[in-house]
Amino acid sequence: MTTQGVWVWIEQFKGEVMSPSWEALGAARVIADTYGGGITACLFGAGVQGVAQQAIQYGADRVFVADDATLEDFRAEAYAALLAQLAQEHSPAVILFGATTCGRELAPTVAAALDTGAIADVTALEIENHSVVATRPIYSGKLLAKCVISERRPQVISLRPRAFPRPEPDDSLSGEIIEVAPALSEDEIKNKVTGFTTAEGQVSLADAEIIVSGGRGVNGPDGFAPIQELAQVLGGAVGASRAAVDAGWVPYAHQVGQTGKTVSPDLYIACGISGAIQHQAGMRTSKVIVAINKDPDAPIFKLARYGIVGDLFQVVPELTSAFKEKLT
Amino acid sequence: MHIVVCTKQAPDTAAKMSVDAEGKISWGDSPLIINPWDEYAVEEALLLRDAHGGQVTVIAMGPEEAREALKHAVAMGCDAAIRVWDESFTGSDTLATSYILSQAIKKLGDVDLVLLGRGTVDSDTNQVGPALAQRLGFSPLMYVSKIDQIDPGAKTIAVERLLEQGRQIVSSSLPALVGTVKEINEPRYPSFIGIRKAAKMEMPVWSAADIGAEEAKVGVSGSGVTWPTVFAPPVRESECEIIEAEDARAAARILADKLIAEKVV
Repeated sequence: MTTQGVWVWIEQFKGEVMSPSWEALGAARVIADTYGGGITACLFGAGVQGVAQQAIQYGADRVFVADDATLEDFRAEAYAALLAQLAQEHSPAVILFGATTCGRELAPTVAAALDTGAIADVTALEIENHSVVATRPIYSGKLLAKCVISERRPQVISLRPRAFPRPEPDDSLSGEIIEVAPALSEDEIKNKVTGFTTAEGQVSLADAEIIVSGGRGVNGPDGFAPIQELAQVLGGAVGASRAAVDAGWVPYAHQVGQTGKTVSPDLYIACGISGAIQHQAGMRTSKVIVAINKDPDAPIFKLARYGIVGDLFQVVPELTSAFKEKLT
Repeated sequence: MHIVVCTKQAPDTAAKMSVDAEGKISWGDSPLIINPWDEYAVEEALLLRDAHGGQVTVIAMGPEEAREALKHAVAMGCDAAIRVWDESFTGSDTLATSYILSQAIKKLGDVDLVLLGRGTVDSDTNQVGPALAQRLGFSPLMYVSKIDQIDPGAKTIAVERLLEQGRQIVSSSLPALVGTVKEINEPRYPSFIGIRKAAKMEMPVWSAADIGAEEAKVGVSGSGVTWPTVFAPPVRESECEIIEAEDARAAARILADKLIAEKVV
């Protein structure tokens, strides 16, 4: 069967679209010509009609919108059933996802439902022999693999956040909005979302342009106060090494590294982090890395663009006040 | 309650990885260990068994080396271990792997809960869990940081899922598949008695025929993805500029200026 078109799942949380979805729309444009049929955005939620127009501004030629109470919260069952059903009806060549937590859950679920291949957390795309060649880090980025789905369709691919540029929205673009109905009724969905607790005022690590991280050198939960202040002044997120998380100084959600989050911000400031290979695995693709550490032999300096050898409790507050002054 | 934990072996996280001209991946002298993410799944399985009764079976798809991961899980306290392997499984991607594991779990029969780590530290696709839940038709509960409640009699489960925006609280039905994140518990170390038990334990090997796997759904023919090229990333040019100044204040101000000039703030 001939397949055509590139699809992008648009992930939204309470009506706000996650940036990796826009990045995926940008990436879709690069490969769309190969497959014809343009770019289709798939948007599921409740009260998300307004978002459809945004998807067009970011490059979708067509938007499938399923607006229903059963789709209000992300649930892999409900979302995958609908996406798989639409894919069976329309036979896209590619479905792209942002490799967020939900994207990385939905993509393989849809792929299994469609009996096709899925490639996760991709950092580069090219086309060869009418198939996408997707590069992804393996062994925590110590090696890279080029992966291909040569025979099955659609090619299900999730893209690492911030690995692809986010396009500029263009409100002169136009597209078609098509309403679709959910595939499952509430009775057919096993998972029931009974609550949601958000960490107030936190910036998501995966999306963050700036991350200030603390490690063993912060010496305790109170030691994160200056880290937090610097992050706040820079509008960034707070990260941590495994040592700081294991010691119970900060929650696991902040952990960067092999058994935590993989991040690639524009700026990563490592404070009191020695830079074990497992930590490097989570942050080595950051654009500019700054290391602040007492130990001049700490491995983190080998990765850093700039370093200050010194006591973070002196340097970090000075850095905060320097930015306060210079950035206003 | 019958709990199944899926695990696999992986090179130690500190291993230096390399690849030769033929594309063969090597981890040097580093040992193969149980995938660290799965230790949380094993621990959670043991805690649930001890609280609710029942048994924990650990399974791994893989050649002889996979025994090390199974032995570790048994040494922690799992009751039974099964290795699933057949030459025809070579080259399986996550689509084929999830099929093979689903066939093995179906053969085990009355399974209430499947536990696994959120992903593996080698290929880090995080895809087998969701695909396995889909294939088994079990309630999909990935990225679980806490099991709030489980009732094997009433066949209910309630969990917290760790997402970017916060914690999603979900209640669902058994059988379920739970993918654990690190925060869920503190895995125990294998005990001396456990290690001895694991060394002696018979670990059956289930072949493709044993689990009734169709040839077209395993190995390369059952896979959607191939990875023809593996290569080492280009070496990062990192000439670190150490900022030296009379005191912390002066150094911080120089650094701030440089970062502003780089346009990263």
